[in-house]
Amino acid sequence: MRFTLEIWRQKNAQDEGRFEVYEVDGISPNTSFLEMLDILNERLIKEGKEPVAFDHDCREGICGSCGLFINGRAHGPLPNITTCRLYMRHFKDGERIVIEPFRAKPFPVIKDLVVDRSALDRIIQKGGYISVNTGSAPDANSIPIPKAVADRAFDYATCIGCGACVAACKNASAMLFVAAKVSHLAMLPQGQPERRQRVKRMVAQMDSEGFGHCSNTGACAVECPAKIPLSAIAQLQRDYIWANLTPDLYAR
Amino acid sequence: MRTTVEPVSWLHTSVGRKIIMAATGVFLMTFLVVHLAGNLLLLRADGGAAFNAYAEFMSTNPFIRVLEVFLFAGFVIHIYQGIYFISREKKSRPKGYALNNAGANSSIFSRTMRLSAIVVLVFLIVHLRHFFVEHRLLGSPYTMYDLCKAAFENPWYSLFYVVSMVLLGFHLAHGFYSSFQTLGLILNRRIEAVIKWAGAAFALGVPLGFAIIPLYFLVKTF
Ligand code: HEM
Ligand code: SF4
Ligand code: FES
Repeated sequence: MRFTLEIWRQKNAQDEGRFEVYEVDGISPNTSFLEMLDILNERLIKEGKEPVAFDHDCREGICGSCGLFINGRAHGPLPNITTCRLYMRHFKDGERIVIEPFRAKPFPVIKDLVVDRSALDRIIQKGGYISVNTGSAPDANSIPIPKAVADRAFDYATCIGCGACVAACKNASAMLFVAAKVSHLAMLPQGQPERRQRVKRMVAQMDSEGFGHCSNTGACAVECPAKIPLSAIAQLQRDYIWANLTPDLYAR
Repeated sequence: MRTTVEPVSWLHTSVGRKIIMAATGVFLMTFLVVHLAGNLLLLRADGGAAFNAYAEFMSTNPFIRVLEVFLFAGFVIHIYQGIYFISREKKSRPKGYALNNAGANSSIFSRTMRLSAIVVLVFLIVHLRHFFVEHRLLGSPYTMYDLCKAAFENPWYSLFYVVSMVLLGFHLAHGFYSSFQTLGLILNRRIEAVIKWAGAAFALGVPLGFAIIPLYFLVKTF
C-alpha cells in the first residue's frame, strides 16, 4: 500500500513547528501504524535525516504511550483503540494521512509528536491513592465486596492514562480521566476514607493544570481505548456535589 | 511541579460552575414550559381575551412577581457562567488541530452550544425589549395581545423568531441530557435512554410550540 503522510515536525518546545509531507510505499496492509512510522524512520535515518519522534512502549494497548492524533481523531479512525493497535488495512490505499500531536495547553509538545502528559500524573498524586497500613499483607478477600461492585470498580480502573479523552474533547477537558479514578475508588471500601477530599483535590488540580470544563459531548468515551463509560463522570458529579453540600461528620 | 491553586470556593471550579449552569438550566427549562402554555392562548380565536387576562395575571399576581425575581436571577447566573465558559474556551487548547473530525465522536448540538447560546441571548434581549420593557416598564397603551399581533405580522420579526427557536432547539437538544448528567442523575443505561428520549422530545416540542404562534399570525395576514 502507498500513503502520503503529513506529519507535524517540531524540533523542541520553543520551535514553531510545521507539517512535512512524506511518501511511503510498499506497506503491507498488516503493518501496524507504528511499524509504518518505523519504516519511514529507518528510511529517514539512512538518508541522514532526523527521524520522526513519537511516543510508544508496550505496543499492545496497555501502557497508553502511543498518543497520536490521526486524520482528525485521537488514535485514528477507529473508536476505542490505541494507535499501536491500529493497522494500515484500516486505511485506503493511496490515502493522505495527517498526523498531529495531542493538543492541549497542559500537554506541551516536547518534540514532533511527543507531548508531556505529566499533568495527568500530578492529578493522580493529588488523590488517586488509598491509605493502607504497612506490615504483613492482609488476607486476600478479607473485605467482602460484591462481585457486581468489584466488576464496576475494575471497569473504571482500566484507564491507561493515554490522554485521548483530553485530545478528543472540544474543551481539552480531562474529566473522563479524573472521573475514572474517582469512580474506581468510590466503588470500593478501601477508597472511602479519602473519598470526600479525593474528588475535591483532583478537581482543583485538574483546573490548576489548565484543562477545560466538561460539556458532556461524549467524544472522550468514543475515543477511550479502555472504554471508560460516561457513567464515571456522573459518579464524579455526585461525589463532588455530596462532598461539598453535605457536612463532613468527621471534620474537626 | 505546578502548584495547585486552591479554589476560593467549590462554586469557582469548572465542575462547580457547571453544576450551577445545569441547575439554572433545568429551572429555565421548566420556565419555558409555563411560558409556552401561556403563549398558546394566543391561538384562541377570541380576539386576545384569554391571553390578555393571562398577561394581566402574570404581571400583577404577587406570587408570580416573586418568582419573576428568581427567574431573572436564573437567567443572569446562567448567562454569566455561559459567558465565562465561552470566554475561556481557547485557553485550554491555544493551538488547535489542522484536521479535526469531531463529527465522528460527538453530536452537532453538543458542539454548537456556544452558537446556540449567543443566538438565544440576542433573541432574549430583543424579546424583552419588545414585550417586557414595552408593556411593563414603558406602560404601552396597547394590550399584550396587540403587541404580539403587531410583532408577528411583521415577516422579518417572525423569521427572526422562528430561526431563534431552531437554535433554542439546538441548545436544548444537548442541554436537556447534559444537565441531568452534570447533576449526576444518570445512574444507569436505562435512565440514560429515557433522558435522551425525553430530551429529544423536549427540544423538538417546545421550540416548535413557540414557533407555531408567529407562523399562525403571519399566515392569517394573507
Ligand atoms: C431559556 C433559555 C435557556 C435554557 C432553557 C438553557 C438551558 C441550558 C441547559 C439545560 C444547559 C446544559 C447544562 C449542562 O451542560 O449541564 C445549558 C448549557 C449552556 N448554556 Fe444555556 N440555556 C438557556 C439560555 C442560555 C443563554 C441565553 C446563554 C448565553 C450565554 C446560555 C449559555 C449556555 C452555555 C454556554 C452552555 C454550555 C456550557 C458548556 O459548555 O458545558 N444559555 N443551557
Ligand atoms: S479515560 Fe480513557 S482516554 Fe482518558 S486517559 Fe484513561 S484510558 Fe485514556
Ligand atoms: S504503545 Fe502502549 S498502548 Fe500503544
